[in-house]
Amino acid sequence: MATPHQTAGPYWHLIDFPDWADVLREDGPNAGAAGERITITGTITDGDGALVTDAMVEIWHADPDGRYDAAFQGFGRCATDAEGRFRFTTLKPGPVPGRGNTLQAPHVQIAIFARGLLSHVTTRLYFSGEALNESDPLLNLVPAARRSTLIAAPVGPGTWQLDLRLRGGAETVFLDI
Amino acid sequence: MSDPIPYARPLPGTQPPLDSPAYGSTRTRAPLLPPIRAPHTLTEATSPRFSPAHYPAHADMSVVDGHAAMGERIIVAGRVLDEAGRPVAGSMVEVWQANSAGRYHHVRDQHDAPLDPHFEGRARVFTDAEGRYAFTTIRPGAYPWRNHANAWRPVHIHFGLFGASFAQRMITQMYFPGDPLLPLDPIFNCTADGAARQRLVAAFDLDVTKPEWALGYRFDITLRGPAATPFEEEEHA
Repeated sequence: MATPHQTAGPYWHLIDFPDWADVLREDGPNAGAAGERITITGTITDGDGALVTDAMVEIWHADPDGRYDAAFQGFGRCATDAEGRFRFTTLKPGPVPGRGNTLQAPHVQIAIFARGLLSHVTTRLYFSGEALNESDPLLNLVPAARRSTLIAAPVGPGTWQLDLRLRGGAETVFLDI
Repeated sequence: MSDPIPYARPLPGTQPPLDSPAYGSTRTRAPLLPPIRAPHTLTEATSPRFSPAHYPAHADMSVVDGHAAMGERIIVAGRVLDEAGRPVAGSMVEVWQANSAGRYHHVRDQHDAPLDPHFEGRARVFTDAEGRYAFTTIRPGAYPWRNHANAWRPVHIHFGLFGASFAQRMITQMYFPGDPLLPLDPIFNCTADGAARQRLVAAFDLDVTKPEWALGYRFDITLRGPAATPFEEEEHA
């Protein structure tokens, strides 16, 4: 039996290191890594539509060749700001092998920790316009009407936006991983 | 490439449900719709490997700038294992907590209790080859919160674990044995299974205690392990 999760609470910022939102930071583990530089941003809202301004957002994704190995650590952490917004700088991941010789479309795993979440919730960000989205094994498990909650839109050069809704409305599809 | 071995899903009642109305903040934040069960791929079966070169360890919260923090110095030590009993080695453990008066070194914490200039309340340690970790701190204080009338959080220390995969990522809280606030705390009691709840309570340990220095508490943490058989999870994939 595993230890139960407990909420990160409202004071998790004691482990907030704002430079971690830049996966490519100069003194970090990925300094100088080559690839397509992107910004991932979005807001988080709650069941009342209110901005969630105290969340911790983490990302985890493959390198531009779709690999998870020691050479590139596609990990970032960001606090949502007073506008409920997170913003990461990283490299765009490549397609990742799926189960049973399938191929997954490029994606970024997102974990949200916050007061009011007894355990974190997990979702994925996909990139609008990727041909592999049509055949992605996970996207195909999601009812078609809700898939758009996982697909980021290009909003500027190299900038992708995905707004996340914790509860109600166009609720984000969360994953039981 | 062979498929990653899936991780086990929790037994019923052994994890807190997101929808737990006794904890008021869940009422606007817990998702209404059930999550989609995702097969475990490389994305779920891998994890960042934090190197102390980029993430320096800091194992003593009890001293800041050479000055001792106020309060009762304690040592917390334990092991991080998975459900199969295997040590989780070389893994980063993040820790944060309130000071001895029950106040966080945090701009949003306005509890009327003193801040301690010699206590920040955060640490970062790494497990060794046997999954062992340890840090020194001061015993935190209880503090009020507004969940319900006269609500107080039991004394606790927050832990963040990464394990070997994103599927094992976990944030939890360590509580202290005998705390009279535990039976009253909605966050602690949202986990229905009593044996699972007890895993959140540290044990006083004379072997961790250092003579003439500090009491010791043992807090072992179990992360998810592999599913009993790959087929158990494949059925849901």
